[in-house]
Amino acid sequence: MNALETLMLLSKMLGVLTGLSVVVLSLTWLERKFLGRMQMRMGPTRTGPYGLLQPVADAIKLMAKEDLLSSWVDRVAYWVAPLAVFVPTFMIWVTIPIARDLVIQNMDMGLFYIIAFSVLSIVGLVMAGWASSNKYAVLGGFRAAAQLISYEIPLILAVLGVVMLAQSMNLQEVVSKQGTVIYAAIQPLGLVLFFIAGLAELGRTPFDIHPAESEVVGGPFVEYSGAHWAVFFLAEYINTFAIASLTVLLFLGGWLFPGLPGDVSALGVLVFLVKTYMVILVIFWVRGTYPRLRIDQLMSLGWKVLVPLAFVNVIITAVYMFYGWPDWSLTIMSTAILVVVGWGFSRRMRTAPTPEYTVKLYVPAPEASNAG
Amino acid sequence: MTLESVAERHRREEVPQAFSALDDKGRSLELLLPGILTEFKPEIVATVNLVAATVNAQDIVAVCRVAKEDPHLSFDYLMCLCVVDYVEHLQIVYHLYSTTFKHMMVLKANVSLDEPSLPSVMPLWVGADWYEREGHDLFGVVFEGHPNMDPLLLYEGFEGYPGRRDYEMPEYKEW
Amino acid sequence: MVGLNTEGQLDTVQMMVNMGPQHPSTHGVFRMVLWVDGERIVDLEPHIGYLHRGSEKLCEGELYAQIVTLFDRLDYISNLNNEMVFCRAVEKLMGLDVPERAEYIRVILCELNRVASHLLFSGTFGIDAGAMTPIMYAFRDREKIQTMFEAVTGARMMHNYIRIGGVKSDVPDDFPQRMGALLRELKQGIDETDRLLSFSEIFLARTKGIGVIDAETAIAYGMSGPSLRACGVPMDVRKDEPYSVYDRFDFGIPIGEKGDSWDRYYVRVEEMRQSIRIIEQALEQMPDGITITPSRLVLRPPQGEVYVRGENPRGELGVYLVSNGADKPYRVKVRPPSFCNLMAIKELLKGTYIADAVVILGSLDIVLGEVDR
Repeated sequence: MNALETLMLLSKMLGVLTGLSVVVLSLTWLERKFLGRMQMRMGPTRTGPYGLLQPVADAIKLMAKEDLLSSWVDRVAYWVAPLAVFVPTFMIWVTIPIARDLVIQNMDMGLFYIIAFSVLSIVGLVMAGWASSNKYAVLGGFRAAAQLISYEIPLILAVLGVVMLAQSMNLQEVVSKQGTVIYAAIQPLGLVLFFIAGLAELGRTPFDIHPAESEVVGGPFVEYSGAHWAVFFLAEYINTFAIASLTVLLFLGGWLFPGLPGDVSALGVLVFLVKTYMVILVIFWVRGTYPRLRIDQLMSLGWKVLVPLAFVNVIITAVYMFYGWPDWSLTIMSTAILVVVGWGFSRRMRTAPTPEYTVKLYVPAPEASNAG
Repeated sequence: MTLESVAERHRREEVPQAFSALDDKGRSLELLLPGILTEFKPEIVATVNLVAATVNAQDIVAVCRVAKEDPHLSFDYLMCLCVVDYVEHLQIVYHLYSTTFKHMMVLKANVSLDEPSLPSVMPLWVGADWYEREGHDLFGVVFEGHPNMDPLLLYEGFEGYPGRRDYEMPEYKEW
Repeated sequence: MVGLNTEGQLDTVQMMVNMGPQHPSTHGVFRMVLWVDGERIVDLEPHIGYLHRGSEKLCEGELYAQIVTLFDRLDYISNLNNEMVFCRAVEKLMGLDVPERAEYIRVILCELNRVASHLLFSGTFGIDAGAMTPIMYAFRDREKIQTMFEAVTGARMMHNYIRIGGVKSDVPDDFPQRMGALLRELKQGIDETDRLLSFSEIFLARTKGIGVIDAETAIAYGMSGPSLRACGVPMDVRKDEPYSVYDRFDFGIPIGEKGDSWDRYYVRVEEMRQSIRIIEQALEQMPDGITITPSRLVLRPPQGEVYVRGENPRGELGVYLVSNGADKPYRVKVRPPSFCNLMAIKELLKGTYIADAVVILGSLDIVLGEVDR
């Protein structure tokens, strides 16, 4: 590579870095405002108009905080853990395209690369838990490892379903193949699987067992303060954005919109961002609505429900492709399975004695006699 | 009656007694109890709204067992267990309640200040656990047979029994 | 490396986790030392006493009228209920009659306090299970109730309003209209929180079948209130020994069946609805009249002792009052409901997960001010 190419590469990476930082800042503001509105309150209003400078205030506070290090932490692991979580989340962005021509380096094995790197951050969480030399942190680290590893499988299988449809792991090709009909319409089961597994990968409610605040008080991050913690925080938001953009790219048509030309970069970026933010709002919406699952319920949901469904998804996609049936057959099969599973869930909830009847109203008869 | 005359009567040590008004259940209990508890020779008094029986401290577990298992009494619920310091002796007061007949009675037992110990009623009601620990903590009463007499409300190393009336409140201290 | 113990199973070590006095979900300063094997709790040891202020001893040095403020601060969430039990104890000892209007005002405020307390419970229970939104709704409704308290008693909490012989002062003139509007909003608010949380699948999975206690064990421990009623025992002081004017109202008491955490939660939600029923009837029936029986400031009750029970939101509060005729009581013993409910924690938590421990402790609804006094 000559100097020009190196310069182009560096400027692209810098662009991604700044872009991601701005996105993360906007996400923190959006989450607090959106969640606040759902909970009948305002969210930040004082820091700047509509609280728009709140993320800046947060960043300044985090940088200025005293970095407390207990004397018995494992120094090396303590310092490396945030990096081990943060670097893979950035490396994913090397191959995620924002518009048709805007990508740092498009790879033919793009999806494979993304999945491989996203698994690396699990090591960082376990390191953080162990290094903190705090029982709550260790507990949180174990929970994180168990959860993240188990939910990789449905994630990968859902991605595999898309790869089979698009016959390519190259993200740009996956999006271009969705020119006529988006994959969410063909494979709704895949979308649901990817979204749920993605939520579990992020560690967001209802799967936020490892930073569960009311139980293990922050899990593996409990001993980190100030700038150190900010790195974890950034990594979580970048991951959120990554999962949302992957959902959009794989299932919702990426930067394509019916009626708009697909090769104008600026329009493409706009469409992509709008779609991604919609998905992110759904993620926040789920956060505000549901309580969190217990660790064993989480694991049984992952292994007993999502993994078999993921396999079924791959099988019906394979059948559809092998026999060359029309697209809508896959839609029907996929939706049928979703409906059956949903019905099965609601039935399971009802086979326990119906909740509203285990608490009855008791009105004692007035005492007729005076016998003691 | 003016304020002075009440105070005067106090000075003359003539203290008005509370008017006892038992309801039907209390009255029938008052009639039942002497018959059931004869062997323990209880002293049965009617307080304002409840029947109180005073028995020997060492008999307390047997009395409570009779109270719990007798089909006419069936006191299966221990409402409250408290210790009162009457300067010459300590009195342990048990409030018992029956969920079947919905009546309530009071059992009292006196122990001396030098040897304040009596058997624990935990074998009968598990819920006596923390009450007895608290009684030991604050008043120094030893409940024999209680599995764990660690201080409940006070910190370890606290000296003295703050519940007793002769406990001197410490002077103001700066920590 | 990982070794095998004598039974050929993995050699593990039990870890001691201290859910210390400072913890977001122990509802006050309460310490539990847990021995965990992985995620399962093998043994636990509760430690209380962090909030012990010597209230009972303090009562021996205060005039009767001053003790009402001490009782306010015992169970600091249901202040008016505590005051009422103490005032009833003194009134019973003295044989003092309370005017009817005062009785109705007392009942209305106590039931409103019950609603406020259960709202706080449902919010914090949601947080324990992980849901962050119901607490916001619950506290919005609680704020409305506390504004009403401020209008009537002058304070949002720690009211010092129910006095021996009646209540401190009369209610404002527009009380019935304001209460009518408040009750309408409360009914909507309770339904909203109920729809959001009570039947959500994840919440049911977190609370159904968790922390089951059977009726006999509960009675042996001396549990009372909603925690006992959830086991199926219909014990409620308002129905067993109606005090004040409770026998004039038509209301039911919700009873659960299984004795698990969901039952304990839903019994309280239904109790809120019944309390609103009571308040509506009381507002209709409230007569005019004076609001306090005139008596001295320095009361000298006759010598004697009395035990009075009242139905607090958390269970049965008992006050054992011994008087020797002086202007200060000889002994005041408070029988707190949370104290007895908390005794069962060792049995409830053995063999459960840590995540369940938080949910079970939340479902018992304890207030440490009461437990420690």
